[in-house]
Amino acid sequence: MLPPYAETLGLSVDAEDATGCTLIMPYANGVLGRPGFLHGGAISGLMEMAAIVALRRALAEEGGGRIKPINVTVDFMRGGRDKLTYGKGLVTRLGKRVANVEATAWQDDPAKPISAARMNYLILRD
Amino acid sequence: MTTPAFVFDPQRFLKNGAGGHGRHLGMRYHAHGPDWTEMAMPYDPRLIGDPDSGVIASGPILSMMDMVTSMSVWLKLNGFRAHATLDLRVDYLRPATPGKTVIGHGECYRVTRSIAFVRGQAHDGDPDDPLAHVAGTFMAPEGYF
Repeated sequence: MLPPYAETLGLSVDAEDATGCTLIMPYANGVLGRPGFLHGGAISGLMEMAAIVALRRALAEEGGGRIKPINVTVDFMRGGRDKLTYGKGLVTRLGKRVANVEATAWQDDPAKPISAARMNYLILRD
Repeated sequence: MTTPAFVFDPQRFLKNGAGGHGRHLGMRYHAHGPDWTEMAMPYDPRLIGDPDSGVIASGPILSMMDMVTSMSVWLKLNGFRAHATLDLRVDYLRPATPGKTVIGHGECYRVTRSIAFVRGQAHDGDPDDPLAHVAGTFMAPEGYF
């Protein structure tokens, strides 16, 4: 289900979340930016993957289709430290041609995100 | 504002200092100027986001644009400052062509006491046919000057 890039980031689906839209990224050298902190690009990659997982699930319920990223806006709120990072996607609107998706990334507390993102996706329905 | 006169060299920085995520994704130094930096990211099956088409994911492009825009600030200031990305917006103009190296160009066009404003484009061979456009801000907790 997850593409090679998700494997490159070490992502896995969080079995604890029944929606299946939460991914986990382990702390590893390959996702580090400045010493001791996660790279913003890796956090963004986690959120983009979580957004796509959420969107694929929502789209599958409506007959499926292909998705293409249009844009993403990422806010970085806190530094990512040496622990697991969670990323969760939420489809806020699934239209005929466009989907609006939000994603957050957190470590200890979902209410204290380290980063948040907003994406638009183009939908090509089957 | 007086800062020690030392020149930021992205080529040296990326050779010695940038391991971690950038190296993991296969990025390397490409070029730089007075307020801009370029990195290159060769095509790698490990970066694929869509296995059907072989197109790389959007994430690696965002990672590269974060790095080139970050370094462009240090070039504009002619010296390193601790800073963090405040926000980054990426427009994905078209998919990257499978098999082609992606070049990321980042430019700093304005620095204030605590905020640096950046922009950039990514292409895979022809700068006039960009695949992504980026705008963002960085913040220096101790101030840029």
